[in-house]
Amino acid sequence: MGAIAMSKTYDVIILGAGPAGLAAGLYAGRSRLDTLIIEKGQDGGQIAITNEIENYPGQELEGETGPSLVARMTEQAKKFGAERVSDVMKSVDLSGDVKKVTGNKGEYLAKAVILATGAFPRPIGCKNEAKFVGKGISFCATCDAAFFEDFEVFVVGGGDSAVEEAMYLSKFARKVTIIHRRDELRAAKSIQEKAFANPKLHFMWDSVVEEADGDELLSKMVIKNTKTGELTTVEADEEDGMFGLFGFIGLLPNTKLYDGAVDMENGYIRTDDNMHTNLPGVFAAGDLRVKSLRQVVTAAADGAIAAMQAEHYISNLK
Amino acid sequence: MLELDKETFEAEVLQAPGKVIVDFYGDGCVPCAALMPHVHEFAEKYGGDGLKFCALNTTKARRLAIGQKILGLPVIAVYENGEMIDSCVKDDATPENVEAMIKKYA
Repeated sequence: MGAIAMSKTYDVIILGAGPAGLAAGLYAGRSRLDTLIIEKGQDGGQIAITNEIENYPGQELEGETGPSLVARMTEQAKKFGAERVSDVMKSVDLSGDVKKVTGNKGEYLAKAVILATGAFPRPIGCKNEAKFVGKGISFCATCDAAFFEDFEVFVVGGGDSAVEEAMYLSKFARKVTIIHRRDELRAAKSIQEKAFANPKLHFMWDSVVEEADGDELLSKMVIKNTKTGELTTVEADEEDGMFGLFGFIGLLPNTKLYDGAVDMENGYIRTDDNMHTNLPGVFAAGDLRVKSLRQVVTAAADGAIAAMQAEHYISNLK
Repeated sequence: MLELDKETFEAEVLQAPGKVIVDFYGDGCVPCAALMPHVHEFAEKYGGDGLKFCALNTTKARRLAIGQKILGLPVIAVYENGEMIDSCVKDDATPENVEAMIKKYA
């Protein structure tokens, strides 16, 4: 993909290389737009840490993983000429005719911008959380489940993903306890039936985690009863000396960078059906948008629409 | 990159002279697999006298990893004199952050 020319003005800059950004890159590239995709980490975003993917139309039926799907999306965007740079975005100036994105490595200019930075797992929201991420607190079961073989694990959440991940963790852990703020699960009935039939799964209803604690590794936490306000301390089995705490309580949009720059609703970017934000030449695609279904297929569709709208916008400038 | 196991970790990392970079990964850890080619690239670029690059599959050395206070992957760590002196963990372990950390010790 060669060196990135900092002084040039691209037709379109795409922020984020998940399914939305890569689909936008593909469509923009095919429209012969001079296209740059900026991504801070790995291509794929959330699906890069998703082991199983079953609902993307046309995917491989056996053995398709998030990364294998993303690798083909990346190749496809590259084939049609989209440039790709690894950089951490620091600030954006989206108001003028020339949009400016500032990263650690320099400034990037474009006539149009597509915001596709997605979403990330919502933190558990307890005291000392950051200190124990990677030391007992995790948001990635496939990454860290193996550490807890024969140990105790707690899962925060009550939706589909919390219950499914709890069942996955029960293949490793001695005992898995779901901590849920309400007195019933929100997960689909079919998933609940499997969960209640699993002898390793236990439930702590009307509860939230208040505080995490331990000496280097997580070994203690304070649980609050949401109905009575009562606080209970959970300590690791003495022989274990630690336990796991996994959070699956939904997502938060990755939109801090655009705070005050574009219209938002609860942190999600407002667009019309054609991915236009309130600013001319600024489009949004994927999970960071106000929408009803956040899936790979809807993210990719958003990306395609945003790229074609960016092309219309640019051709009207000329 | 030197592939370690629970038998060789002590000698190759904790008892080794100079600084040692260890890529802790695991079976089924998708972000680890995505990060690894970058670490191989850094090994070619920065590896040499005084800076050794190793990798450890924690799935086969779980107790050892826990002993190093590692309960979440991926972790890229810098060791010197038997001590972990720096690390990039999970979301912070982006190729950019890892390279910046390695440069400090190269």
